[in-house]
Amino acid sequence: MDDLWIKARTLLAVQYAYMLEYRAELLLWALSGSLPIILMGVWIQAAAGGRFGLGPLDFARYFLAVFVVRQLSVVWVIWEFEREVVEGKLSPLLLQPIDPVWRHVAGHISERFARMPFIVLLVGLFFLLYPQAFWLPRWTDALVFVGLIVLVFALRFLIQYTLALLAFWTERASAIEELWFLCYLFLSGLIAPLEVFPPLVREVALWTPFPYLVHFPAGILVGLPVDVPRGLLVMAVWGGLFFVLNRWLWRRGLKQYSGMGA
Amino acid sequence: MLPIIRVQNLSKVYPVADKEPGLVGTLNHFFRRRYKLIEAVQQVSFAIEPGAVVGFLGANGAGKTTTLKMLTGLIYPSEGTVEVAGFMPFRRERDFLSKITLVMGQKQQLIWDLPAFDSLRVNAAVYGLSDAEATRRVGELAEMLALSDKLHQPVRKLSLGERMKAELLAALLHQPQVLFLDEPTLGLDVNAQTAVRTFLKEYNERYNATVLLTSHYMADITALCERVLLIHRGQLIYDGSLDGLLDRFAPYREVRAEFGRAYNREELAAYGEVEMLAKCEARFLVERDALVHTVSRLLAELQVVDLEVSDPPVEEVIGKVFLTGAVA
Repeated sequence: MDDLWIKARTLLAVQYAYMLEYRAELLLWALSGSLPIILMGVWIQAAAGGRFGLGPLDFARYFLAVFVVRQLSVVWVIWEFEREVVEGKLSPLLLQPIDPVWRHVAGHISERFARMPFIVLLVGLFFLLYPQAFWLPRWTDALVFVGLIVLVFALRFLIQYTLALLAFWTERASAIEELWFLCYLFLSGLIAPLEVFPPLVREVALWTPFPYLVHFPAGILVGLPVDVPRGLLVMAVWGGLFFVLNRWLWRRGLKQYSGMGA
Repeated sequence: MLPIIRVQNLSKVYPVADKEPGLVGTLNHFFRRRYKLIEAVQQVSFAIEPGAVVGFLGANGAGKTTTLKMLTGLIYPSEGTVEVAGFMPFRRERDFLSKITLVMGQKQQLIWDLPAFDSLRVNAAVYGLSDAEATRRVGELAEMLALSDKLHQPVRKLSLGERMKAELLAALLHQPQVLFLDEPTLGLDVNAQTAVRTFLKEYNERYNATVLLTSHYMADITALCERVLLIHRGQLIYDGSLDGLLDRFAPYREVRAEFGRAYNREELAAYGEVEMLAKCEARFLVERDALVHTVSRLLAELQVVDLEVSDPPVEEVIGKVFLTGAVA
C-alpha cells in the first residue's frame, strides 16, 4: 500500500510540476473550453421567447455548470497515446514495471489541479458580469457533484483510452474520436440541455453514456430533476463494457505492436 | 556458468504495406492495400554468459533492433524461443522488467521540460526504491558519470552528451542485470563517446552486468566487447571474438608506403588495391597470402622511403562485409 502511495504521490507531483511549466497554455486551454458560454448566450436569447421549459437564468446556470463539468472532465489521452504508438515512444514505457496508462492518468489529474485557479477565475468573472445568474447549490448537491465528477472523468478517460488503443491497428485512432465526439456533442447536453430534446430522442440518449458525461453532473449542480440511481447504473454498465473491451484491446494490441520507429 | 541470455532459432516476420509510386499507385493503395512479408530476423541462435559485454553488429536494417526488441519483450517472435534472466521476455513480468533495461540512443525517456532529477524520482518510485536508496544510487551513478551538478537543470538545457549520460542514469537506476544498448553513443562528440564507454565499462565491472550493445562506432565495440555477433539480412553470420572477425572477413593487410618520387595509380595497381594516393604517399590493401611477396616487390621495384604494414580499421572491414555481402 505504501509502495502504491509513493508511486501515486511521485507521479502526481512530477506531472504537476510539468503542467506548471505551461502557465500561459493552461489559461488558453481553459478558454478553449468556453463553447458552453457561447451557447449560453444563444439559449438565453431563445429562452426570452418563453417556448422552453427553462428560463434565461436556468440556461445561464446550466451552461455555466456545463462549462465547469467540461473543464473538470476534459481528456486528451488519445492524441498522446496515438503519438506514442506511431513514433515508438511507447516502447521505453512498456519496459517499466508499471502500466503506461498511470502516467496518463497522473498527467490528467495534475493538469486539473493546475487548471483549477483559472476555472475559479473565469467563473468569478462570469458572476461579476452577470450577477443575476449567481447561485449556490445545496450542499448535498455539491457533495454528490464532487463524487460524480470523479466518475465522469473516469468514464470519459476510460472510453477515450479504449478508442486510443485502436492506434495499435489504425495509427489514426484520433479520427475515431472525432466521430465519437460528434455524438458526444449532440447527445451529452453540451449544445442543449436534455430538457429541450424531443421526448423520444431524450429517451434514446439516456441509454447512451453521453448525457451522463455532461448533463447529469451539470443538472445536479443547478438543481434540475435528474434520476441519480438510473444515471449511476447506466454509467456502471458502460464503464464495465468499456473496461472489458479496454483490457481485451490492450492484450491484443500489445501483440500487434511492432514498436516500429522505436 | 548458465547463460543469462539464450536465443534459439529466433525469427520475426513483418507485414509491410507495399505501395507503387505515383497517383495510380496511391489510389490502388487506398482501395486495395497490399502487404509484403519482410523476414527481419531469421533463425538466429546464440547464448550470452552473465557479465559478458557483447557487440551486436550489422548494417542498417540488418535486424539488430528487431532482435533487441524481442529480447526485451517489446515484440513477439514469429518463431523460436528467447530466455533472458530466466524469463520469457514477451510476458513482461514485473521481476523481468526490474532486471533489464533498454537504452536507445535516438529515443529519450526523460521529461524534456523538467530537470532530470524529476524523471529520476519517477523511475525510483516506479521501481519501488526507497528515498534513501534512490538518493544513494543517484549519487553513485551521477559521480561515475560526472553529472552531479547537472541533475537540477531542465533536460532541454543539457548538451547532447549530458542528456545521454542522464538517460543512462535513468535507465540504470534500478541496477538492471542485463543492459540492452542500441546506439548509446549516437551523435555524441568524441569526448562524450569516451565518457559513455568508460562508464559502461565501469558499470559492467562493478555490477557484473551483462551488456548487449549495438553501435555504428567501431570504437565502442573495440573498447568494450571481446565478443561480437554479426547479423546480415536477418541472419547471424558470425559469433566470436573481434580478432576472429577480422581474420575471417579481412584476409588482407593495409600497406602504407612513402616513395622517393611520385607514382601514378596505374603504376601502383600491380601491387594491390590502391586505397589512397597523395603525392609520394600511397595506401594499399594487399591479400594476406601475398603480403611477403608484394612487400618484397615494392622494396625491389620502387623507390620506397618508408613502409608500414597494419590491420585495416575495423569499420572498413565491417563496411566491406556489409557492402559486398561477403558472408559465410
